[in-house]
This record gives sequence, structure tokens and C-alpha cells, in this order.
Amino acid sequence: MTEHRRRLASSDVGLLAAMKAVFLRDLRVAFRQRQDLVNPLLFFVMVVTLFPLGVSPEVSFLREAGAGILWVAALLSVLLSLDHLFRHDYDDGTLEQLVLQPQPLFLLVLAKTLAHWMLTGLPLVLLAPVLGVMVHQPGNSIAVLCLTLLIGTPALSLIGAIGAALTLGLRSAGVLLSLLIIPLYIPVLIFGTGTVAAAAEGAPVGGHLALMAAFLVLALTLAPFAAASALRISLSNS
Amino acid sequence: MWQFFHKLGSPKWFYGIATRLMPWLLAAGALLLLSGVVWGLAFAPKDYLQGNSYRIIYIHVPAAFLAQSAYIMMAVAAVVTLVWRMKLADVFVKAVAPVGLWLTFLALFTGAVWGKPTWGTWWVWDARLTSMLILLFLYGGVIALGRAISDEKSAARATAVLVLVGVVNIPIIKYSVEWWNTLHQPATFKLTEKPSMPPEMWVPLLLSVLGLYLIFGWLACIRMQSEILIRESRTRWVRELVMAGRN
Amino acid sequence: MAFESLSAFIAMEGHGPYVWTCYAVFFLCLVALMLQSLRRRRALLDEYRRALAQRDRAARDNARTAATFTRVDVPQD
Repeated sequence: MTEHRRRLASSDVGLLAAMKAVFLRDLRVAFRQRQDLVNPLLFFVMVVTLFPLGVSPEVSFLREAGAGILWVAALLSVLLSLDHLFRHDYDDGTLEQLVLQPQPLFLLVLAKTLAHWMLTGLPLVLLAPVLGVMVHQPGNSIAVLCLTLLIGTPALSLIGAIGAALTLGLRSAGVLLSLLIIPLYIPVLIFGTGTVAAAAEGAPVGGHLALMAAFLVLALTLAPFAAASALRISLSNS
Repeated sequence: MWQFFHKLGSPKWFYGIATRLMPWLLAAGALLLLSGVVWGLAFAPKDYLQGNSYRIIYIHVPAAFLAQSAYIMMAVAAVVTLVWRMKLADVFVKAVAPVGLWLTFLALFTGAVWGKPTWGTWWVWDARLTSMLILLFLYGGVIALGRAISDEKSAARATAVLVLVGVVNIPIIKYSVEWWNTLHQPATFKLTEKPSMPPEMWVPLLLSVLGLYLIFGWLACIRMQSEILIRESRTRWVRELVMAGRN
Repeated sequence: MAFESLSAFIAMEGHGPYVWTCYAVFFLCLVALMLQSLRRRRALLDEYRRALAQRDRAARDNARTAATFTRVDVPQD
């Protein structure tokens, strides 16, 4: 039995190959349902639009608050998309097969989370400069903002994966997911907007970015374990 | 050692011990808390900077202290739940989370009311108040998740994972909030400025912290007993306990 | 005593309302939480006691009906 398993793990399908397969499969499935890809982006743009309408279209206000608005909107749209991370696979039973694979589950979860980031976080980063111009951010700030989003959104996806795994299969999972995850997102938000603010004041941001990268590395190493064990719990639940 | 560990996992054993322990916890806790509070309110000298409003410290600090240590205790219990699957550990998490939520709320409330005479405003986005607010959210999440999952065993394990993720995050949240705080405003506000409090001030504070600790222990015991009664309602020892209480 | 009179103690040089509100809310919440926890345990015990008593009564009733059955049977011989 163990012999069989070992052979399965080592020769038949290698770790990287399995991760790659999961990653590519998630991308392929996502591109078949394009609307799910576009929705978080639309949401992102709409939330940003609400602030000039709801608070003030003044250039001075938007210049000061713009980075924060973009960050909060990005955070919310990642949160919104998290429900899809495991939901479809859970509904059609793919997830149970994934759990039964000989490869360690946390690596497969990591692959799924990376795919999730490629599909939501990365488009947000690419869209951010346009919105940054719309909220009157100076060029330097926009560059730093995109950089912080580039480092920050993977961390958002990774932490969010824990919440998505914990709330899998529950009633009103969406609201619960937000309740669980928003407090954990606060440090990312603080460092993201703080870095942009420091850049706007002309301070060097290398240290801030390194700190954010450290946070990302921490999330990268710990979150997949937590998400994998949460997935096992949720699957044993049903 | 292992026998003790085994016993500790037995709900029946705990129920008996708790029943014997609770009167002592309550009496000693009430005595300490009340004497600390009376001493602090009436006999401790006035603070030369803040005047008499500082007397709120004798309930604010115990509440804040316990709110934080309750979360740490829950995290220890969560490890025990996940590693050894000990029933009592997860009973503890479930019983204590609402107590922690209330204590956090009380710490926030007393902090806000203290802020009015000291800072001139009810709420300041002070680093400590803000991180307590986030702690309140964390407690809320733990309770909400525990209630949302119907299966008892997976509810216990899922909340244990969430508590652990939270406890890893707490130092990061604390650090980031402090960093954010210095970024946005000069560090002017501090509730307790002087580390060199005279003993007439800190001895009553120590008393009330200890007292609230014991009362927390009492609350944990009685709430765990209720939780145990629910889970073990079909066992013989609970039936015997109920019968014994009838006459 | 840090205060000269009871009224000075209550007024706390103007900080009285803040201090006393805090203490009132704190002890109100603490006592309410303690009472609620006590009452919950008592309610559970009462509930189980009632359920057990009901079961006992049902068992006794069963026994009695069985007994009347046998008594009806007796005159036959």
C-alpha cells in the first residue's frame, strides 16, 4: 500500500506536475465562464466610482484619499471573488478527489490559490493605473500603488483561501466569509496604503515594500497549511 | 502524568471538580475585585495629570488584560483540540468565546468613556483602542463560525483553525496598527503614561486584575458545565447527576 | 481616603459621570453575564429532570396497565 503510494507520488505524477495540472485546470475552467472573471473587476470600478459621488469630487480630497479608496475597493472585490475559489469544485465533487490525491493537499491548495490570484488579483493590479488617474493620483503614487497591490493581492488571496475553506458548504457562507476574513486583511491594507502615503510624501519606500513582501512570504508559507486542514474539516462535515 | 492528562479530558471528572472549585473561585474573585475597586475608587491618590478620571483604570485594565489573555488561552485550547482531540479543550473554546467578546466590549467601552475627559473625544483611533476593536471582530468571527456549523465535531475543529490563524495574526495586527498610528498622528495620546506608578496605585490594580481572573475562571467553569451537559445529556452520569439533584 | 466628603467622592471633581458610568456598565454587564451563565445551567438541569420524570411516569403507567391486564385475566378460571 505505502509502496504503491510512494510510486504514485514520486514517479507517476510529480509534485510540480500535479500543481501545474491543478493550476492550468483552474485557469481553463475560469476562461469558460468569462462573466465570473469580469464581475470582480466591474465591482472594483463601481466601488471606486461611489467615493467621488458619495463623498466629494474635489481634487484635493481624491488626491489624499485615492490610494485608500483603491485599496479598499480591491480588498472588497477579492473578498467577493473568494466564494468561487472552492465552491464549484466542492459542488461537483472534484474537491474530494483532490483531497484523495497522493500529493500533499496544501501544495494543491497553493496552486488553486495562485490561479485565483492570476484571475482576480492580477487584473485588479492592471486596472489600478486607470482608476488611479481617475482619482487624481500623481504618477509616482500610481506606480507605488500598483507595486503594493502586486505584492498585497496575493496575500489577500492566500488569507482568503483559509476563510473560503472554513465556510465551504455553509448557509450564508458569503457574509460569514467576510466576517472571518476582514480582520485578518487589516495589516495588508494598512501597509498597502501606508506605503503609498509614504511615497506621496517623498519618503523612500524600499523598507515598506520589503515589509509587505515579508508578510506575503509568511502568508505563502502558513496559509496553505491552514486552508488545507480547513478543507479537510469542511469535507468531513458533509 | 498521562493519567492526569487522561482525566483532564474526561467531562465527568471536570464537572465534579468544577462544582467543588466554583464557590472558592467566586468568593475569592469577588473579594479581590471588590477590594481592588473600592481601594482604587476611594483610597488611591489622585493622578496629578488626569485627575480622578484615571480611576477607570481599575476596571479598564483588568477587562483589557483578560480579553487578550482569554484569546491566548483559546489558542492553547485550539492546539489541544487539533492535536489530541481532547473534548474539554473544545468545550473551553466554545464556552469562553462569548465571555472574551464581552470583556473586549467592556474594555472598549471603558476606554472610550475614559477618553472623553482625557482626550476630549469619545473615540480616538489610538493604536490600542483600534487593536482592541479588531480583537472584538476576531471574537465575533469565532463565535459566528462556531454557530454556523451544525456538526459538533467539525465546528470544534474549524473554530480551532480560525482561532489559531487569528493568534498568528494578532502580533502582526498589533504591530501594523501601531505603525499606522505613528504614521497618521504624532504619538501624543497614551492612557497610562507612567510606568513608575506608586504602589498605592498599582496594588489595587493588581488586586482587581487577579479578582477578575478568578471570576473569569468561575465563568469558564459554569459555562463549560452547561456545554458538557448538552453534549453528554444521554450518558448515565448526567442522568445520575440529574436524579441526585431531584430530592 | 482620597476624598474629604461623600459628595466629593461622587463628584470626583467633575469626572464623576465618566467614572461612575464606567463602573455601572462594567458591573452590570459582568453580573448579567454571570447570572445568564448560572441560569443556563439551571435551565438545562431542569429540562433534563423534567424529561427523566416524564419517562419515569410513562414507565410506571405502562407497568400499571400491564397489571390491570393480569387482573382482568384472573376471573376467567
